[in-house]
Amino acid sequence: MTEAIKIRAQIQGEITDIRILMQHPMETGQRRDENGKSLPTHFIQVFTVKHNGQIIVDGQLNTSISRNPLFAFKSKGIRPGDKLAVHWTDNTGAQRQDEITLT
Amino acid sequence: MMEFRRKLLKGGTSLALLAPLLGTGLLAPTRVLAADWKRDAFSARNASDAMKLAGITSPIESRDIVINAPEIAENGAKVELEITSNLANTRRLLVFADKNPMPLCADLDFSGAALPYAKVQLKMAETMRVRAIAKTADGKSHVAYREIKVTLGGCGG
Repeated sequence: MTEAIKIRAQIQGEITDIRILMQHPMETGQRRDENGKSLPTHFIQVFTVKHNGQIIVDGQLNTSISRNPLFAFKSKGIRPGDKLAVHWTDNTGAQRQDEITLT
Repeated sequence: MMEFRRKLLKGGTSLALLAPLLGTGLLAPTRVLAADWKRDAFSARNASDAMKLAGITSPIESRDIVINAPEIAENGAKVELEITSNLANTRRLLVFADKNPMPLCADLDFSGAALPYAKVQLKMAETMRVRAIAKTADGKSHVAYREIKVTLGGCGG
């Protein structure tokens, strides 16, 4: 199961601050559990941020991104009523997309 | 046998789900392929190989890339960096943690009205230098460095 991506956007004049929290273990594959068993690699590999359906950020990540990572981006041209969507795919093929409409 | 059937069922559903999206162009096939994860660059064991494999050659050191980060990070599991490129037409930002087992942390493409700015949270194995690379529309690469002290490494556990 995947957890919802939290998307927050704040329009500040011309520029909008976008904050994205992707809840994911981002497991490096180097750690072991309490029984000494190695924890399998599990991390987000690709993600996109879309503004009204158009990609504005297209990102690729490594295992070295923190667990439940927070990202922030900035964009111009975002207005109330616009939609922001974030989609990720991890190394197991799991995917998640969430969307907000700006107020 | 059961396992095989399960795979077939799984395959069937995902295709059925994707098919209508393909029709509407919401899921353009070229876009999906273009976003293939750059395994070679991300798996490289040192920063110079990772840069080469990510298509970055001889970056010029620039003061127009600003890395905002703590001088001392108490917890290497979550070190927050803010990267801003003030270079005109920056379309791509890459983040490297030089001494991590795999230095390339993130590779970000910006399009449309997005500004070349990103806040990212990294795991850092030890005290090291991080580098941010900005690639501009003319194909040139620019780099900035920043030393971050880590009191508790974030990769083991």
